[in-house]
Amino acid sequence: MDMQTLYLLVPLAPLAGAILAGLFGKQIGRAGAHTVTILGVAIAFVLSVIIFQDVQAGNTFNGSVYTWMEAGGLKFEVGFLIDKLTVMMMLVVTFVSLMVHIYTIGYMHEDPGYQRFFSYISLFTFSMLMLVMSNNFVQLFFGWEAVGLVSYLLIGFWYTKPTAIYANLKAFLVNRVGDFGFLLGIGLVAAYAGSLDYFEVFEKRHELAAMTEAVTGWPLITAICISLFIGAMGKSAQVPLHIWLPDSMEGPTPISALIHAATMVTAGIFMVTRMSPLFELSDTALSFVLVIGATTALFMGFLGIIQNDIKRVVAYSTLSQLGYMTVALGVSAYSVAVFHLMTHAFFKALLFLGAGSVIMGCHHNQDIRYMGGLRKYMPITWITSLLGSLALIGFPFLSGFYSKDSIIEVVHFSHLWGSGYAYFAVVAGVFITAFYSFRMYFLVFHGEERYDQNPDAHHADAHADDHGDHAHDDHGHDDHGHGGKPHESPWVVTLPLVLLAIPSVIIGYIAIEPMLFGDWFGTAVYIDAAKHPGLAELDKVFHGAAAMAIHGLQTLPFWLAISGVAVAWFFYLKAPHIPAAIKKAVGPIYTLLDNKYYFDRFNEVVVMAGSRALGRGLWKAGDQTVIDGLLVNGAARTVGAIAKLTRLIQTGHLYFYAFAMIFGVFALLTYVYVVWLRRFVL
Amino acid sequence: MNSSLLSLAIWTPIIGALVVLMTGNDRNAHLARPIALISAIVAFLVTIPLYTGFDTAVAGMQFVELYNWIPRFNINYHLGVDGISVLFILLNSFITIFVVLAAWQVIDTKVAQYLAAFLAMSGLINGIFSSLDGVLFYVFFEASLIPMYIIIGIWGGPNRVYAAFKFFLYTLLGSLLMLIALIYLFMASNGSFNILDWHELKIGMGPQSYLFFAFLIAFAVKVPMWPVHTWLPDAHVEAPTGGSVVLAAIALKLGAYGFLRFSLPIAPDASQYFAPLMITLSLIAVIYIGFVALVQQDMKKLVAYSSISHMGFVTLGFFIFNQLGIEGALVQMISHGFVSGAMFLCIGVLYDRLHSRQIADYGGVVNVMPKFAAFFLLFSMANSGLPATSGFVGEFMVILGAVKYNFWIGFAAATTLIVGAAYTLWMYKRVVFGEITNPHVAEMSDINSREFLILGILAIAVLAMGLYPYPFTDVMHASVDNLLKHVAVSKL
Repeated sequence: MDMQTLYLLVPLAPLAGAILAGLFGKQIGRAGAHTVTILGVAIAFVLSVIIFQDVQAGNTFNGSVYTWMEAGGLKFEVGFLIDKLTVMMMLVVTFVSLMVHIYTIGYMHEDPGYQRFFSYISLFTFSMLMLVMSNNFVQLFFGWEAVGLVSYLLIGFWYTKPTAIYANLKAFLVNRVGDFGFLLGIGLVAAYAGSLDYFEVFEKRHELAAMTEAVTGWPLITAICISLFIGAMGKSAQVPLHIWLPDSMEGPTPISALIHAATMVTAGIFMVTRMSPLFELSDTALSFVLVIGATTALFMGFLGIIQNDIKRVVAYSTLSQLGYMTVALGVSAYSVAVFHLMTHAFFKALLFLGAGSVIMGCHHNQDIRYMGGLRKYMPITWITSLLGSLALIGFPFLSGFYSKDSIIEVVHFSHLWGSGYAYFAVVAGVFITAFYSFRMYFLVFHGEERYDQNPDAHHADAHADDHGDHAHDDHGHDDHGHGGKPHESPWVVTLPLVLLAIPSVIIGYIAIEPMLFGDWFGTAVYIDAAKHPGLAELDKVFHGAAAMAIHGLQTLPFWLAISGVAVAWFFYLKAPHIPAAIKKAVGPIYTLLDNKYYFDRFNEVVVMAGSRALGRGLWKAGDQTVIDGLLVNGAARTVGAIAKLTRLIQTGHLYFYAFAMIFGVFALLTYVYVVWLRRFVL
Repeated sequence: MNSSLLSLAIWTPIIGALVVLMTGNDRNAHLARPIALISAIVAFLVTIPLYTGFDTAVAGMQFVELYNWIPRFNINYHLGVDGISVLFILLNSFITIFVVLAAWQVIDTKVAQYLAAFLAMSGLINGIFSSLDGVLFYVFFEASLIPMYIIIGIWGGPNRVYAAFKFFLYTLLGSLLMLIALIYLFMASNGSFNILDWHELKIGMGPQSYLFFAFLIAFAVKVPMWPVHTWLPDAHVEAPTGGSVVLAAIALKLGAYGFLRFSLPIAPDASQYFAPLMITLSLIAVIYIGFVALVQQDMKKLVAYSSISHMGFVTLGFFIFNQLGIEGALVQMISHGFVSGAMFLCIGVLYDRLHSRQIADYGGVVNVMPKFAAFFLLFSMANSGLPATSGFVGEFMVILGAVKYNFWIGFAAATTLIVGAAYTLWMYKRVVFGEITNPHVAEMSDINSREFLILGILAIAVLAMGLYPYPFTDVMHASVDNLLKHVAVSKL
């Protein structure tokens, strides 16, 4: 088989699995469904590894598969661009997807929508692969929207749960706001570059940089980059379009790991990296990216501190980490952003799947206030979650350390407008990250066992009995009975945890040097080193992965992380009364955080209610009153009114007509006599 | 060389209608249905050579037929299609099959008359799309009103008489002005009713403007454009499912087609001059109507408003005068034929079970009708313009064309991405998702094999067009290019 067939097979294998499991789920049964989908994704993973080796050997590919459409001098194609950036994303996507597929066997094993779930996650894998493998803007947008669709389907997987079907609609619409910007960006590219192929557009980038947008007068390249980035803000959940991501936790946990942590939400980061030749030409756009990223990194971290739902803690942590990646993009350290994307994919998928394992072990309780001491009952989940948490807070030698420390350093070297704020945000964010991560870790795995204190537990179970298993974020009932002791999860769940823990620990150490400093990405990532020397500066101070970690022990971020862990330990294990006291002391701040800075309230009150009021106003006042009432029915009424008048004359009585005739003749004669005869004859 | 394919496309369904009528009253309904179905299928099959035999390199008219009709006034039976019109004949004949199928177990009074009305209308509409003679066009255009008037007035809902009158008077008012315009053109061209001759006429700016507005009023009502759109929601609400399908999928396209066949080529200078007005009206349709759709309580009204909003894209695409815009608008028209047809059929499926179109009467339908929910989701997504469905292609092209024309127009048009998804998916959520809200919903049964067949074929059409629109746009290129060149040349 030649390589091009392999490229095609990578997305098609999961698609085939999705179709089989989706359309013939009943025929092939549960085992059949998970076999075909896992097989499809496994094929995609193995082929990705083969392609990775081929790309390592120096082979890249850029070509079309078929012409989707031609119009207006533009070619709309479906095609692949296979380079280092693509192949790295392919590996991450297929590997995490494979882990999640295996995990799902355990997690969803009692759910009535088992086949449907496998079909969706395989369809997601297909869409995500099409997105990252694209060589043009059209297919990028296809993948972009397709992952959004699958996300919609999966957040609303338990379609009878009111919060889930609210969350999935919200996710779709908020993403559409981002897509709105994204589409305009694509429109500008098409209009001014006259092509939608990445490389053809990149070749014209200097011409584009010299132009201004004809109607608005904006510098064109800035307008393009900011429009595209608005798309990234939707997909990668940057402030203020982040609001959908915490709510997306209403979906089953495996997809929170796959879609809402490891892969889909990083599509925006990937896209900006792919567009680096364009972004490099606009410092305005980069500053915009930087400030949005920094705000997300810091302020979403704060929200993680006060969450009690285990999945929501991890969700806010994801938002914050996506902010870190965006910051790296803003300072032109694209490879660092992608590096953090990769390490984050592993340790965050691990943390989510670990959280899912905890939820299973605790009989579908998600509230960390009613966990505690689980390390005794769930040793594998405990160890792997600890490793994931350490990686997340950037503990030296673990993967997160290398990527996050690189971001902090490279921001430090930047002179872009907003980089001072960003540096503060990412450094302060280290403490916050450590604090909320270990708050959760200590509350879940250490301390007093509180699993039997949940006042809602029995109520929740009764609810589940009423409405079937799928109404809850869990696999339903298990044989241990309600409120029983926590228990470790089956091997299909713990195996992915272990397999994800390995890269979470070692991948940073292995990959930092080639990915960041070896020009490994080649032409896939472009940096204008003269204007944005951050990464080059970082290269100068880098003396190997081991040295970096040892040096890391003496730096501020490390001690901030340690103090974050220490404070969390003190607050939640040693002196549990302190958090409550602080909460009381800083009441208004707590209220602000508890309301998530009022973004949701603003949307409900202003955007949603406003739209409905506007719609009703236009409908009642515009359509019904003015157009129909005044014009259409008004015209009909006028005709009716005139007819009513004339009807008075049509009496049908002969004497009336005779009288009218005589009167008419008389009037006419008078007129003739008075006016006409007098003037002209007499 | 005369071909008779277009005559076949027109008269096959009409003859079919006569045969169906001959089955008489409802005792023979079991005969009327299969005859109607066979007629519809044959009528579709005879249109296929129009596509397969179509020469995409030719910009002008193909399959031309020309016979004297009324020599005294130089009126001819003159037919022909180009890349702009040919696909609509196929679409119309295709959709008619589903209208007949959709009526199968649903319509049980005056069955033969119902089916005959649709078949006759299908033939007449093919006549509209293929007429190259002004009078012939006008006759078909007016004649096609009659079956629809009857369909709404007889098989419609409780307020059907108001709706039928509103529909009829609204559209008649518009077309009378068109008749005056046609007579003017007859005079100006020294006695020709040939539409193609009119394209070549030199006309001053004043008369061009009058002609433009005469045609505008006729076609704007049909499209319908804001503010002459209010007949459509009423007509949809009262019409039986088949009536809504034809209305949305086909009838709305007639007005839009008229712009391309009459307004733009006959009055190019006026078209350019009034383009800002047309673009404004189109954007009002897209945005204003989008918000109105958001608050509808009645599913049919919601989809009716959504149709108006989508047709706003069509008129927008026409008046930005670039290839992406016009082809995007044509693609949008065809796609809207599939998608709105399918949406109304889906609502019909629900209505047949619960006899309500109110969103509030539903909820949790997915629990009892999972297959239906899957189809309905696909069509809802297509209605929201999701890539890989046909609904995306046209919108995408028009938005790209609009950004090229003027960024802010593209900006305004692109808001449909948000609003369109909001009204469609919010309705979907309230109807399909959630717990079963009432015992009536609990008793609903999933789609039967006839409904599965209808929705399945439409689903394939929607996906096929979304995944591979190349064959559709390929047909249009030459004619659209030609039209754009023609419009660019002043007639003053």
